[in-house]
Amino acid sequence: MTTYIIRRLLWLIPVLLTVSAVTFVVMRNAPGGPWDTDAERRQVDAATAKSLAAYYGLDKPMWRQFYAYVIGDTNSQTKEWVCGVVCGNLGPSYRQRGRTVQNILFSPPEGKTFWQSRFGYSIRLGVLALSMAIFIGIPLGIIAALKQNTIVDYAALFIATSGISVPSFVLAIFLIIIFASRLHWIDIVVDDWTQIKYWFMPMAVLGFGTLAYTARLTRSSMLEVMRQDYVRTARAKGLAERIVIFIHMLKNALIPVITILGPALAGLVTGSFIIETMFSFPGMGRAYVQAIGQRDYSMIMGTTLVYALLVAVANLSVDIIYVFIDPRIRLEE
Amino acid sequence: MTAQTTASGKIAEFNDVFRPSKSLGQEAWSRLVRNKASMFGLVIIVFFIFMAAFASVISPMNPLELHGGKRFLPPPFDQGATNIKAEPEFLLGTDSLGRDTLSRTIYGARVSMVVGFLPTIIILLLGTTVGMLAGYIGGHTDNFLMRLTDVIYAFPDLLFFIIIMVALRDTFIGQFMNGLVLLFAALAIVNWVGVARLVRGQVLSVKQKEFVEAARCIGAKDNRIMLRHILPNCLSPLIVSAAFQIPGLIITEAILGYLGVGLRPATDSASFFITSWGALMLDGQSAINSQPYLLLAPAICVALVVLAFTFLGDGLRDALDPRMRGTQ
Repeated sequence: MTTYIIRRLLWLIPVLLTVSAVTFVVMRNAPGGPWDTDAERRQVDAATAKSLAAYYGLDKPMWRQFYAYVIGDTNSQTKEWVCGVVCGNLGPSYRQRGRTVQNILFSPPEGKTFWQSRFGYSIRLGVLALSMAIFIGIPLGIIAALKQNTIVDYAALFIATSGISVPSFVLAIFLIIIFASRLHWIDIVVDDWTQIKYWFMPMAVLGFGTLAYTARLTRSSMLEVMRQDYVRTARAKGLAERIVIFIHMLKNALIPVITILGPALAGLVTGSFIIETMFSFPGMGRAYVQAIGQRDYSMIMGTTLVYALLVAVANLSVDIIYVFIDPRIRLEE
Repeated sequence: MTAQTTASGKIAEFNDVFRPSKSLGQEAWSRLVRNKASMFGLVIIVFFIFMAAFASVISPMNPLELHGGKRFLPPPFDQGATNIKAEPEFLLGTDSLGRDTLSRTIYGARVSMVVGFLPTIIILLLGTTVGMLAGYIGGHTDNFLMRLTDVIYAFPDLLFFIIIMVALRDTFIGQFMNGLVLLFAALAIVNWVGVARLVRGQVLSVKQKEFVEAARCIGAKDNRIMLRHILPNCLSPLIVSAAFQIPGLIITEAILGYLGVGLRPATDSASFFITSWGALMLDGQSAINSQPYLLLAPAICVALVVLAFTFLGDGLRDALDPRMRGTQ
């Protein structure tokens, strides 16, 4: 077990290295350097641009820059060792002068807790959406399976199919137009995210697809389990229906559902940036979209790495949980 | 004379008992036709393909023509909250520059249809080739190719598209055909991985079967075994995966357009691809209160097309593999 986890963790290294290498090469080949303009978007003169490039090591060969980005390098002017991504240093933001990428993403505003940082906001939204998907999606799937081919089942299937196929940002557009611009139940531009009521819409929009997928998977896996011999045996020996459903069926039916939770969480985290932008939610995703608009290359690279790490860790944890809950899974030697 | 009657009578009798045999494809097709939801999906898809192909004939106005002084007109059937008077010839109103929303939405179908179908072909070709080689040859080749797919699989795909589109937008390839070629390349590079895994799995199970062994016994070459014996057995899952691939690509294009890193909007009326649904939604975002149809029209189109492909995909899966019916 331990060797398995260690091997999976080690496998993260080439994956993240590849992600950062690809991102790095593409970004460095993009036309236009980061120091072409100053903070007010005025053209910077050649001498200043050159010294800035030298200060940030952009005059060095590509492999050296990548090495500096990942491991670290000695600054050519201050002669100080600057550690790279391995120490959690994602480098300076090219557009927000004086701030580093990790500072923008992870540091909360003055006097606030970690959960008020951009990363904290995104994590909270993702976890809320995932809990909504689990606590509504799984019961919905169970009920649909138990009442197969009734109106309840068809209604649940309809919700599930539409939830899977309608993309979340299209759903967001519909909801915003109905509830914000027509019914005026909520504000379109929210600046006070400490109030709970504003969280409902982004959470619902973000989680709906996962909810639908969870419901559909729970239903099909329940239907499969219901036909098994051991369920018939349980009924035959006179167990209460409640016990048969909750103890005998669910235990096996939920295994496939758990496997999709990792990719689902990863999808929620990476899929959130478009929802965050639409609801002007102060999370990591919106910072990412703003960075795209401003062509803030270091910010784009840093955020991509954080996202890639999140996705990889989510998948890894589900694989590990899977081994614990399903004794039929044997680890490949 | 009598002999003939008996013979034809026997044939008639034979036909009564044994229906003419149907190929697997015909069987699947007849099952698909009976599925109402899939047929509904197919009709919608055909409708949008026509809309894309004949956009210049269908659209009531020139999608690039600026109507000065007629900005943000609401549609005639819904005056909404604005005090701007609607005009009957603009069925869905106008945008920030006074261009007709309906015509622009109709032209937007072109990008989505092309983005849905063309990269899918590349993805299928690339994925099938890699999956087939990995599964058939095995050993080190398999190991190398599968590790490669693992790495690409771990890459958050939407982020990759964004990075590629942002960085290479102003280069030569990014400007070629309004950036469509670059978009195709980016979509294809990431998405072949799923197809490769699917095909490899299928090849691994098929190549142990007796008919492959038989083919090898009579001296068939590897190429022939792969193309004539193994490939046809991978077709069903491939068709189904293509049906689900297409809506995914359409959504991706819409998201990229919405973020402003998709296709460049054309200003030249000779251009075939005028605008995309994603770009239209980006335009509509700023006028969500005064002219929501700018946002609604492309959003409804995206939702309809994606729903149609999902219905068709579900139907195809049931039709091609009846054992899978109702399990997913």
